[in-house]
Parts: sequence; C-alpha cells; structure tokens
Amino acid sequence: MQCSICKEKPATVHLTQIVGEKMQKLDLCEDCAKTKGVNDPSGFALADIMLGLGAAQEVEQAVGTDLKCPRCGFSQADFKKSGRLGCPECYKTFAEGLGGLLKTMHKGTRHTGKSPEALRASRENSDRLKTLQKKLNKAIESENFEEAAQLRDELKQLTPRAPVSPVK
Amino acid sequence: MKDLHEFLVSPAETARRHGPHDRIVMSSRVRLARNLKEAAFPGWAKKPERVKILETIRPAVESLPEMKDAFSEAMDNLGALDKQILVERHLISREHAAKSSGSGLVLNREETFCVMINEEDHLRMQALRPGLQLKQAWNAIDHLDSELEKKLDYAFDGDLGYLTACPTNLGTGIRVSAMLHLPGLVLGEQINPIIQSVNKLGLAVRGLYGEGTEALGNVFQVSNQMTLGENEPAIVERLEKVLSQIIEHEENARQTLLEKKPKVVFNHIGRAYGILANAHSISSKETMNLLSLMRLGVDMGLFPGAERSLVDELFLVTQPAHLQKKLSDKLTAEERDLIRADMVRERLKNVSRPVINPPPNAAN
Repeated sequence: MQCSICKEKPATVHLTQIVGEKMQKLDLCEDCAKTKGVNDPSGFALADIMLGLGAAQEVEQAVGTDLKCPRCGFSQADFKKSGRLGCPECYKTFAEGLGGLLKTMHKGTRHTGKSPEALRASRENSDRLKTLQKKLNKAIESENFEEAAQLRDELKQLTPRAPVSPVK
Repeated sequence: MKDLHEFLVSPAETARRHGPHDRIVMSSRVRLARNLKEAAFPGWAKKPERVKILETIRPAVESLPEMKDAFSEAMDNLGALDKQILVERHLISREHAAKSSGSGLVLNREETFCVMINEEDHLRMQALRPGLQLKQAWNAIDHLDSELEKKLDYAFDGDLGYLTACPTNLGTGIRVSAMLHLPGLVLGEQINPIIQSVNKLGLAVRGLYGEGTEALGNVFQVSNQMTLGENEPAIVERLEKVLSQIIEHEENARQTLLEKKPKVVFNHIGRAYGILANAHSISSKETMNLLSLMRLGVDMGLFPGAERSLVDELFLVTQPAHLQKKLSDKLTAEERDLIRADMVRERLKNVSRPVINPPPNAAN
C-alpha cells in the first residue's frame, strides 16, 4: 500500500477515525505521518473529536462575538479553534454561552461531587456566621439583650478577622 | 536523574500482575483533572508560566508519602523512545508524550499512581490497578487528591466544581476507565451492538489507543464521558454495572462460539499460532491481533502448559518502542518486523500447537 499523501513511499501508519457512523481511513508513510503530526491523534479536528460531531459549530454559537477573558486574553475565536478554555476565569467570562453547551454535554449543570476540604470548611463556617448574625439582629430587635450578648460572644469566636492575640 | 528503564518494572513482571476478572478486564484506571487557581491552562499558558507551574506542582506531588522513591522527571529530559515506552505501558497519554519543557511526570515505585503535570490540565493524576478494581482505584486517587489539595490552590467553583481546560471534564474532572479484552464478542460479531448500547448509556468505547472501533488486539477501553451533575461514586458504580454486563456477554459469547462454531474458533486460534510461531516478518498490528487470539486460546485451555502472562508479555515487548529499546541501532519499520518475528518465534518455541479437545472445565 502506498502513502496517500506523497504517493511514493509505502504506507506504514494507518489511521481510522470513526465519528458516529462515519468512518475515515488514511494510510501514510512514516515521514508524511510525522510532518502531518499524526503521531498525536488528538491533533485532529480537535473540537470535533473532543466534543462530538458538529460541536465546533455549537461552540461558535455558544460564545458571544467579541468576548475576551480579562484575565488571560483568551477569545471566542481561540475557543472555537481548540475547544478548550484559557484559564479558570474563562468560565466566568464565557458563562452565558457555555451554559447551553454544558447542558448538552453533561448529566447536569451543577457540580454535586467532591470539593476541596478547606473550601467546604470555610463555607460551613460562613453559613454559621450568617445564621448567628440573623439571630443576633432578631434578639436586638426584640430587646432580648441577654441572648444578644451571648450571640455576640459566639460570633466573635467564629469571626476569622478577629483572632485572639497570643499572650506574650 | 533516575534511569527510566532501571525504574520500570520488567514487561515479564507487569504481565504477571493479577486482579479480579483479569481474563477479560486487563486493567482499571481512575483519572482526575485539576488546575491551579491563579494560572492559565497549559494549552494557553506561555512557556515561562508553564515552567513556573511545573516548579510549583512537582515538589508538592513528590512530597506525598505515596510518591516515596518515585520517578519524577521533566518531559524535556525524556527521549522520544522513553516517552513512547511510557505510552505503550499506558502510563502517560499520547498527548503528554508530545510535550517537552514545562511538562512533567511523577510515577510511583509500584506503578499504581502516575501524575502528569501540564498535560491538557495542570494536573492529570491517575490511579492504576490490574483487573477490575474501579472502586479501589477511585479510593486511592481520592486520597492522593485530598493530600495534594492541602499543598496546592485548586481552581474550584461552587456551582461548576473543578475547573478544567476542556468543558467536557468540568465538575468532578473524573475519568473512570477499564481496558477490556473482548475477542469472543468480536469473533461472534456482537461487538457493534454492544458498543452502541454502551454509547447510549453515555459511556465511551475506544480502541487500545483511542483510534476507533477496530481495536488492535480486540482491546477496548470503556469510560465515562459526563463529569458534571453526578458525583464520583455514582459514576464509578454506573461504570461497574455496565462492565459486569460486558464481562457476562463476553463469557457467554466465548461459550456459544465453542458450542456452536468450534471449527471457526479452532481455525482462528490455530492459524494465529501458526503464523506467530513461524513468521519471519510481522507487523506490530498483526502481532497484536494474533496474540489476542492466542490469549483467547489460553483462556479456553487450548494451550495446556502455556501461561496467559507469556502472551501479555509478548503483547507489550513486540510494540515498536519496546522492541526498539532492546536494540542499539535505529531501525526502520520493515527491519523491526523481521526482529519482531524472530523474537516471537523464539518465545513460542516451547509452546506446543493448540489441542483440539480442550479440558471441559477450561472455559470457566
């Protein structure tokens, strides 16, 4: 079998790409395979391979026209080309367009799995602070000063900005 | 700098790793994608930024107790051949093998954890286990991730979860996968409907290196595709359920083939043995496909005395980079075919040709 690009050397690299029902075959010699970067199959029609057939068009619609990430400078065109984003902040920048894309791609649009321990702890902490603050306001309103004083002390202990300074 | 080849377990030893259902499930893997909060993703970051990210992440990974005596290297210090060997061992992705400066790899002593730094994401950490052990692999990588999050500042969003370079990995960043040897379903021509129904369940089926359904050596990888909206244990469990069904179908297909079309089976396996034991030039692809049939023959008891590990070892050492590594001169593909055939003939010298009447209990 001859290489389908240079039509000279024998083909030793055989590629089969199946997307949905469509199958494409390509037979290349070692040299042409190298120059075409075929060693890395992820280099092929990136967005299509990763996101499924026709995803490149969907990506186009998903992201607003001249949007650019203020943090990393990543643009709509870059996303269209690679199917990947520039930095974590891009998820905020392109949030509007991404919403629909995520819906078609995943089971849901809200994360329900693992989260970092530190974040979990600080979130629980801030939730508790909020409830205490509400209770305190209520206690003051109803002139229940004894309870208010207790709540104030509890809040003080929980608030991270007022650490107890160590005794010297 | 450690030498990769002194570090890696020998192919003979890797072929002797055992796990549950390893007749059919060759290995299990769980991979997590993580990124640092304050940096551009590897595909967009400029080289100096990538180098800085690598310098932040690599010591953090190395300091984990699981990574004691690990092999840790920047990708630009690894030669093309070494990278290809890591790909053939399924320790790194093809994409990662193409990386150089600013990317790295940390592999633990037991080869049960392999962390890729600056692949598509800042961190791609994987737990690997022989046979069907998805839960064990998940627990292992979950623990490693929890240790690592104390040392690194991950990009995480309350609604979207772990933020990844590609939206397809968003949320849990998890990919749970198993590598399956399914010659019975292929010979019985049942593989396509199975693949289609697995696809309908939202799972992906790929070939040995993800190149489409005509998988080399009848090896298929099954993995989850969706990563957002479902938690990790649910994803692991769903995959486990589907895998146990595929295993059952494969066992049934083998049984049915032996009962209904024994001549077809013996013909395939006998010819595979005939070529492997007598060829003087053989390509890597043909070798893999024929070794797959021999592996089936061993499972069916057609090669009394031969171990499955011999076939699995040959499956690895006949691949291009492993073969090239044994030789001092750089060979062309044609020259490799000659050497490969010599090697296979030599290793099969003491394996007798397949028996026609397998012991009745061999298929179980």
